[in-house]
Amino acid sequence: MKYPLTIAAIALAALMPPAEAAALKENGDPLDSARWGEMAKTFLAGAPVLFDPRVKVIAPSTAENPMQVPVTVDATALPGIVEVVVFADFNPIVQVLRFFPEGAPAYLGFRVKLQQSTPVRAAVRTGDGVWHVGGTWVNTVGGGCTAPSAAAASPEWQKRLNEVSGRQWSEGPNAGRVRLRIVHPMDTGLIAGTPAFHIEEINFTDAAGKRLMRVQTYEPVSENPVFTLNRGVVDGPLEASGRDNNGNLFKARIAP
Amino acid sequence: MKRLFASLLLLACGQLAAQDFDYRLSATPVARDVYAFIGKTEDFDTVNGGNIVNTAFIVAPQGVIVIDSGPSLRYGQQMRQAIGRVTDKPVALVINTHHHPDHFLGNQAYADVPIGALADTRLGITSDGNAFAENLFRMSGDWMKGTEVQAPTRTLQAGELEVAGRKLRLIALDGHTGADLVVLDVVSGVLFAGDLAFNGRAPTTPHADVAHWLAALDRLEALTRDSGFTALVPGHGAVTRDAAPLRQTRAWLNWLTQTLRDAARDGLDMNDLLARPLPPQFAELPVAASEYRRSVGHLFPAAEQAALEGK
Repeated sequence: MKYPLTIAAIALAALMPPAEAAALKENGDPLDSARWGEMAKTFLAGAPVLFDPRVKVIAPSTAENPMQVPVTVDATALPGIVEVVVFADFNPIVQVLRFFPEGAPAYLGFRVKLQQSTPVRAAVRTGDGVWHVGGTWVNTVGGGCTAPSAAAASPEWQKRLNEVSGRQWSEGPNAGRVRLRIVHPMDTGLIAGTPAFHIEEINFTDAAGKRLMRVQTYEPVSENPVFTLNRGVVDGPLEASGRDNNGNLFKARIAP
Repeated sequence: MKRLFASLLLLACGQLAAQDFDYRLSATPVARDVYAFIGKTEDFDTVNGGNIVNTAFIVAPQGVIVIDSGPSLRYGQQMRQAIGRVTDKPVALVINTHHHPDHFLGNQAYADVPIGALADTRLGITSDGNAFAENLFRMSGDWMKGTEVQAPTRTLQAGELEVAGRKLRLIALDGHTGADLVVLDVVSGVLFAGDLAFNGRAPTTPHADVAHWLAALDRLEALTRDSGFTALVPGHGAVTRDAAPLRQTRAWLNWLTQTLRDAARDGLDMNDLLARPLPPQFAELPVAASEYRRSVGHLFPAAEQAALEGK
């Protein structure tokens, strides 16, 4: 399939700085992963792809704890975003999450379980149908997906399942930021005798009921997941609601 | 060109030296009949072979008391040979101060003598020992050849213990791990602090309970004020005649705790914290940057949970 625009035209239209424009690439995975072809086929089938420095994926180059690898996706420099899909090429379950930044900037922080060293990528689909791809390599000792959750060893979590704690920051250097933590084992199903049990969907809405962001989460998201969003301007409380794959619902109000 | 050749030669020799798997252990006298093997203030790698830890021994009237056995079978064997160059007395007891691999993976070289540790340390070595060893194989490579977990065979408790005619005071603390054994050699006044004390090297925190660790440091500092105290052997870094390593360790832990707590309250996430430079007072401390990053991974989730739950 042919690209709708040439790279030069995209760079020009986006008024990109020359260094970023030079980093735009149509082919040749910058992370040089043997699995890239398969990833592209699975997640981006048939659509045009652009490796784009405006899609920033921030993660430590070496992960101390493979059960809790912090990842921040920041695609706020890219206009017209419809959907963001995050995946890790070499994970036993590659798809980490998807988010749809409807009324919020395309920024999401979370933590992920990684089984071995792997690229962690975000593919961002813009309104014109192009996938803009960014990513980074994370080196890890492994064991993140096939190690049991801490919850599996303790019955305590059952009493607090889907309990949400969160805060919004309306002043200071992180004004506009929302952070929340949800109690959930996020079991991958890769451990014998422990079926997959994970949060599937979270919706963030403002006080007027307008949706700010929808997030679909999959097994690799870490136990007791923590999310960081950027609301831009804090305007009243925020509601987080969602469900897990066993149909358990949650709803929480996060006051400013 | 000549210079290039010379440096290539140096490089090659350096590698050759590493390949003989000789830790070049030499016993440093600490007090009369008390010696330590002082490791490098580095992280594990294939050049140091894991010799980044302090081990020690006391020559008692009827035998030798060994405190920690090092990171590998080879280390344990070479350590035992080095002890043999100081005394021909037999080893009477090996003590493992805690369940971290650089302190007990030399146990195999002492499989013929009693090996003692606190009950929780024995449990920790039995349950996590293999995973720890695997990790050291990855970081230190062939230096680890043949190393397997030899668990302690005897449970030690806090209190007085006479070994081979020498009186020890065992102090059971925790904070660096769930069980940290401190040994006071009563005759010499030497305090073996294990990894509750780091000197000139950033502390490690994979199993730390910082509040307990700080309390343990207070207990230890009180011991250094006793009239009999003469020297402190930290788990990592040089021996001192004062409490400086305890104060250094405390300063690092206080800074770390405060930094993580403030960051959580300010709404930072883990990646924001990881991107921050070290403050000037720790910028030159060996392995500070890597231990800071590791500690963020270990300790930030709890700080973050407290902040999000409004505590």
